[in-house]
Formats: sequence, C-alpha cells, structure tokens
Amino acid sequence: MIVAALLPLGLFLFPLWRITLEAPQYPTPLAMNIHINDFSDVHPHDIKNINLMNHYVGMQYIPDAIPEFKVFPVAIIITTVLGLLIAWKGNYKWFLGWFILMLVLSTAGMYDFYLWEHDYGHNLDPKAIMKFTNKDGTVMGFQPPLFGSKDILNFKAHSYPQFGALFLALGIAAGFLAYIVGKKKKKIFSP
Amino acid sequence: MKKILTSIIAIVTVLTAFTSCTNSGKTNGKSGALSSNVAEKVYVAPGEHDEFYAFISGGYSGNLTVYGLPSGRMFKEIPVFSQFPTSGYGYSEETKPMLNTSHGFIPWGDSHHPDISQTAGEIDGRFIFINENNTPRIAKIDLKTFETTEIIEVPNSAGNHSSSFVTENTEYVVAGTRFSVPIPQRDMPIKEYKGNFQGALSFISVAPETGNMDIKFQVLMPGFNYDLSHPGRGKSHGWFFFTTYNTEEASTLLEVNASQNDKDFIAAVNWKKIEEYVNNGGGTMMPADYAHNVYDEHTHTATSTMKKEVRVVNPAEVPGAVFFLPTPKSPHGCDVDPSGEYIVGNGKLSANLTVHSFTKMLAAIEGEKFDGEAYGIPILKFEDVLAGSVEQPGLGPLHTEFDGQGNAYTTFFISSEVVKWKLGTWEVIDRKPTYYSVGHLTIPGGNSRKPQGKYMFAMNKITKDRYLPTGPEMEHSAQLYDISGEKMELLLDFPTHGEPHYAAAMRADLIKKRSQKIYNLEDNKHPYAAKSDSETKVVRKGNEVHIYMTTIRSHFSPDNIEGIKLGDKVYFHVTNLEQDFDVPHGFAVLGQNTSELLIMPGQTKTSVWEPTKVGVWPFYCTDFCSALHQEMQGYIRVSPANAATPLKWSMGEDIE
Repeated sequence: MIVAALLPLGLFLFPLWRITLEAPQYPTPLAMNIHINDFSDVHPHDIKNINLMNHYVGMQYIPDAIPEFKVFPVAIIITTVLGLLIAWKGNYKWFLGWFILMLVLSTAGMYDFYLWEHDYGHNLDPKAIMKFTNKDGTVMGFQPPLFGSKDILNFKAHSYPQFGALFLALGIAAGFLAYIVGKKKKKIFSP
Repeated sequence: MKKILTSIIAIVTVLTAFTSCTNSGKTNGKSGALSSNVAEKVYVAPGEHDEFYAFISGGYSGNLTVYGLPSGRMFKEIPVFSQFPTSGYGYSEETKPMLNTSHGFIPWGDSHHPDISQTAGEIDGRFIFINENNTPRIAKIDLKTFETTEIIEVPNSAGNHSSSFVTENTEYVVAGTRFSVPIPQRDMPIKEYKGNFQGALSFISVAPETGNMDIKFQVLMPGFNYDLSHPGRGKSHGWFFFTTYNTEEASTLLEVNASQNDKDFIAAVNWKKIEEYVNNGGGTMMPADYAHNVYDEHTHTATSTMKKEVRVVNPAEVPGAVFFLPTPKSPHGCDVDPSGEYIVGNGKLSANLTVHSFTKMLAAIEGEKFDGEAYGIPILKFEDVLAGSVEQPGLGPLHTEFDGQGNAYTTFFISSEVVKWKLGTWEVIDRKPTYYSVGHLTIPGGNSRKPQGKYMFAMNKITKDRYLPTGPEMEHSAQLYDISGEKMELLLDFPTHGEPHYAAAMRADLIKKRSQKIYNLEDNKHPYAAKSDSETKVVRKGNEVHIYMTTIRSHFSPDNIEGIKLGDKVYFHVTNLEQDFDVPHGFAVLGQNTSELLIMPGQTKTSVWEPTKVGVWPFYCTDFCSALHQEMQGYIRVSPANAATPLKWSMGEDIE
C-alpha cells in the first residue's frame, strides 16, 4: 500500500498527457506536454507556434496557467498522505476506499480535461480569420481528441497519456492489489 | 511434333544462355554499361539528404555557395564580400559595416579559396574562411548560422590570392599577396619595381573559442608574386609553403616577362619560428590602415573598427625561418599531401609535375647546402629537395588534391583533364577529360590529414555546350567523379554560380547537427528591437524617425503610421517575433532606395527610407510567410515638410 500511495508522486516528475499535432509543413510535429502543474513545449517554442496556428481559426491562446494547476498537485499530495496513513494504520478495507477515491478523482480530472478541451476547441473568436462549417452547417470545432488520434483540417492530432499517467494508474492498481492481498491475508489469519 | 519440341528446347536453351550471360555480367560488377548505374550514384531521393556539403566559391560574385554531393543541388548562396539584395546583406544598417574597408564602403568582392577550420589536422566544420582577392580581405563564416560573421582587411597586400588556408589546429588563417607593391604604399615610378616592391605574407591568428581574427604578423618577402599556399601537416606542421612566379620581378607584360626563369620558387616559411620571434618582441610595428568588421549574433549588428598598425617581420632577420625551393616554370598550386611529406609544385608551364620532399628539405637545411640566396633568403638546391616528378602527365598543371589512399589528382588546364597518379612511384594511374579547361578540383576533407575520399569534383572555367544555351554569358560548370575505384568515373555535370574558383567540402554530419534553426528572441540584444507587439513605437529625434516594428503571422505592428514629413530619415527597425523554423518575414516599402530586408525568426534588421514624395505609401511582407501573406501589409503617410500632422501609429484599429 505504501508503494500505491507513493507511485502517483511520479506525476511531479513526468508529464501526464501529450497532445501532438502533425502536418505536412511540420516535419518535426508541434507538441505540448500537460503536467500536473504546467503546460510545456516538447520542442522549443511549440506552444507559441500552436497558438500562432490556432489564431487563424479563432481559437484562444493556451494560457500560461489554469486553476487546475493549483488544485491537482494539492489533491495528489493529500491522497498520497492519506494513502500513507492508511498503509500505516488502516486495514485492507480502507485500501479499497482509497482505490475508489483515486478512481473518482481521476475520472473527475479527465472530465475536467474534456471540458477544457471542448471549450478550447469550440469557444471561437467570432472574428476568426477562417471559419469552417461541418457538412450539416454547424460551426466546425477544433477540439483535440480526449484519447486517441483525429484529423483536424491539415493537422492530425494525437492525444495520449505519458509516464506520469502510467505512475498514477500503477498507483491506483497497486491500491486495489493491496486490497486483494490484504483480504486474502485476513482470510488466512482468521479461521 | 518432335520438330516443334526440338525448336522449343532450342529457344529455351538460347534464352537461358542470354539470361545467364546477363547474370554473370552483373556479378562481375565493374565493367560494361550494365554494371555501373551512374544515375543511381548521384540520385538523392526526395526528402533525403546528401552525404557531403560542398562550399563552392562564387569567385567574382563575391559570395560562397552551398551545394550537396553527390546530387549537385545548390542550397544557399551565402553573401560574403558583395551586397546581396535577397537578404539585405550590405544594404541593411546592421550589415553595411561588414563591407567597410580603408578605401570606404565596397559593394563587391572577388572570393577565391574557401577552407574549413581544423582541429588536430582534421576538418571540424566550425568555420569556413574565404579570401577576397581584389581589395585584400579574409572573411569568416560561422557554419552554425551559415552567415558571414567577420571580415578583416589585409594591409600591405594586393591581389590576396595565396589565401585563405588554415593550419592544423586553425592557429592561423594565412593570406599571401599575389601582387607585390611598395610597402608602405607611396608615390613612386612603376619601373622601379625591382628591388623596391615587396610581397607580404600575413598570418592571421584565430582565437580558439570565438574564432576572432587578428593579424599576428606579416612577413615582408621579396617582390615576387605569391600565387598559392598550403600548410604543412603532421611532420611538417609549423611550416607553410607558398608558390611564387615572376621571380623576374617584371612590372609589365608579365605573360612574357614573368615566364623567363627556368625555375621559380616555393617559399617554405617556418611560422612557428617566426611566431616565437614575434612573441619575444621581434618584428616592428608599422603604421597601417585596415578595417576589422565583426558581426555580433546577439545584437544582429556588425561594427567596423579601423586598425592603425600591423607587426611586420623581415625574414632575413630570423635565421632559419624562410627558404626557397627552386621549382620549375611559374608553379601555380602548392599542395601538401595528407602525411605532410610531399609538397607538390604544379609548374603551370612545365612538362613535368615537381614534388618536393619535406624530409629532404630539412636535411638540406641541416647540411646548409645552399645554392645562393635571394634578398637574404637561402635558396636550396633543386636536386636536394626533389622527391620525384610525374613525367609528362599532361599540359598546364594547376592544382593537386589527395584521396588519403596514397593517390594524388592533378588538374591540367590546357589538356583539360584530371590525372590520377601515385605518390612515391609517380606513375600515372588514370586520366579523365573535363569539360572544359579545369581550374581547381576538390576532394571532401581536402586540406587535411584525413581526406574523406569517395568523390572528387572539378571546377571548369569554360562551359560552351554542356547545358542548354543561355546567350553569350553562361554559368560555369563543375563535374563530379567517383574516385572510390582504381579508375575515376564521371558521374554528373552541374552548373555553379559566379566563378567557382575553389571549394571546400566535407561530410555533412558534423555541420548538420550544429546548424541553427532560429535566433532566440530572448537573446536578441539589438538596441532597436521590439520583442512583443506591446513594445512597438515610433520615436522622432529631429528629422530622424525610428519605427520599432514587429512581424508575426500575418501582420506588421504598427501597420498604420502617420506624421512622417518630407526630409525625414525613416528607420524601419523590424523584429521578426516568430520562433518557428523557416518562417522569415520580408519588408519593402514603395520607393525604398535600397534592398528589401529578409528577417529570420528572432532577428532585427533595419532599412532606411528617405521619402521623396508626399503621399500614403504601402509597405508589405516580401516572403510568402503564411496563408494570409497577401494581407501582411501596411501604410505610411508622408506629409509636406511644413505640415502639422502629428506622429501616430496603430495596429488593429483606425488611427486617430
């Protein structure tokens, strides 16, 4: 359980997610890493260049910081401390509780990410230089995929988890494993 | 039926025979048209990169062109000694000082011999040096940015031709004078040339880290013509060799009068000895006047400093420093083999090719076996220093390069061919025609201990019918040969720009990985840079107006400017805010009496405009930067000199 509680700290070392944009004019694709507390360029000036591309279709600039950057790190630290406390004092049933808490928080995180992406891709400047409509006449959005790859005009956008997400997932899985192991031990030791 | 069967069998047998014949032809490999697919050898597929860079001198274009080998494709023209309206080099306020000399601003130059910097006798790909022949100068190009970053004028020199070759660790880039002149320059009768004119050999030190150039000393030699030179390497490191002609010291009709002596000289200069002499206070500081121009990649601006003195050395005062090696008939090229043992004197009017031995030269010096002296410089005996000669290899030998496998390749101007011969045995191995009248030739890694072989290219002086005709004036032609086999194989003809005087070439990898993509905007220290739209402004200082302008896809800021008056001097200081690879912006304004500007990402360049007419004049981006390139434009209003139009500027809103 200690391992489970510590693994999500990997989020402070590695990016959580990466959005990559490929286009013929970009033999080196543009890409942005999303960390628990920051956005970062994959290659120098990538975010500046993503913003430059996006201004043609009226998308907002990627902000330097979003409120989530304050909330997420705190949430991770709290859950880690909580996990350690449980590992020290609690019994295996608490392990399950921690596991469920982490699942809920992660899902909430993903949902938040989706909302941000949706706003970013759909809340367009009415004075956009180029306006595109879908076949049904609605305004075309430029939301990158939540997970996977998608064609957006001349770009192919990829959205995939990075090492940070792997650490989080392993942590959560380890929490569940700790619960299973704890439950079995309980059975063995209590006839 | 039986007959039919028999004939079928017969046909099959014959076909099989043919097939097997073809197969054996293929496996044998080397001979016949089937075996060597020349097109394949020079084909670089779309999107693939060439294996070698070739930096080909533009000669009288004053510039340096960058090619890929084996494809022969041209990638860039680097402006060096000539104004270049394409980028604004020599026109922009920042780069005008690069072309400053003691004779004032000179818009043109005659570039000759590029040579790449070396470390421990091997090409390191950091800098490339090139000489200007007419108004003697040496330039340094930084191969990180492929831009000219330094030019130093060479005083006391004239016809800066035996230049710009570097020593084994780029301690010096050496510049020798082709024309001897009065030193110091003075008003005197031309016919008093003999005994009064001198030839300066300049040793320009190169700072190890920065590459900064400084004339360490000049050796004032007798009034001969110093034609070409090369450094010693390996065992002969510390020496430099110069060919001479006109040892007759003629000042008129040189084609006859400078061709009389049976032998001219190769001057062997022990620069280590002279360096030591100079470091101990030897030589004298002489008044001089020469420009030193340095481009700073952070301010994106060049400064020109006039230097007022230079250290000169009289070789007769440094015993053991300079010797003459008699060499037949006006030798042109002076080439040292990769081991440093052989010094080839390409006697251009001689039937044979003379090769001197460094070891024998040292022994002769040791034994003090001199054959007289010239102006206090000992002359060694021809037989004592001769290693051997290649007998009757061709007509008009000019230059020799080496493949690092013990072979040498010499160009013959008159018989228009390249001849491959063996060092040591002096036997001719192969000869191939060139089209036509070849001057220099280049093997990648040429002037070093480790030539990189594989290819050799010849740079020809005459083109005639090699390409589709383009009227009386044509580009010169180069020819690429495969030299990996025993025999040379002609692979490709490709046109070159200007006069491809000489070239330096090397494997692409070292340069490729260091090549810079953009200039960091953060590092931009230009005093008139605007590093964001919010820093843009227009400032009047008397009749000077400074516009701090930015460009980013796809607008100028400001793009509406009012309050300019006739008689004003308007400075457009344009900063390209882009930080993406290969997104330059251009700038031009109607009626501009200078060139456009082409501004790289993160760079600032300045164009001066002195409007001559009242009106509202457009300016626009000249580089097709983006989908909205055509919209990247603006207006500047010019009012009469006595108008009261206030100074205003804006972007994105109507000017109020």
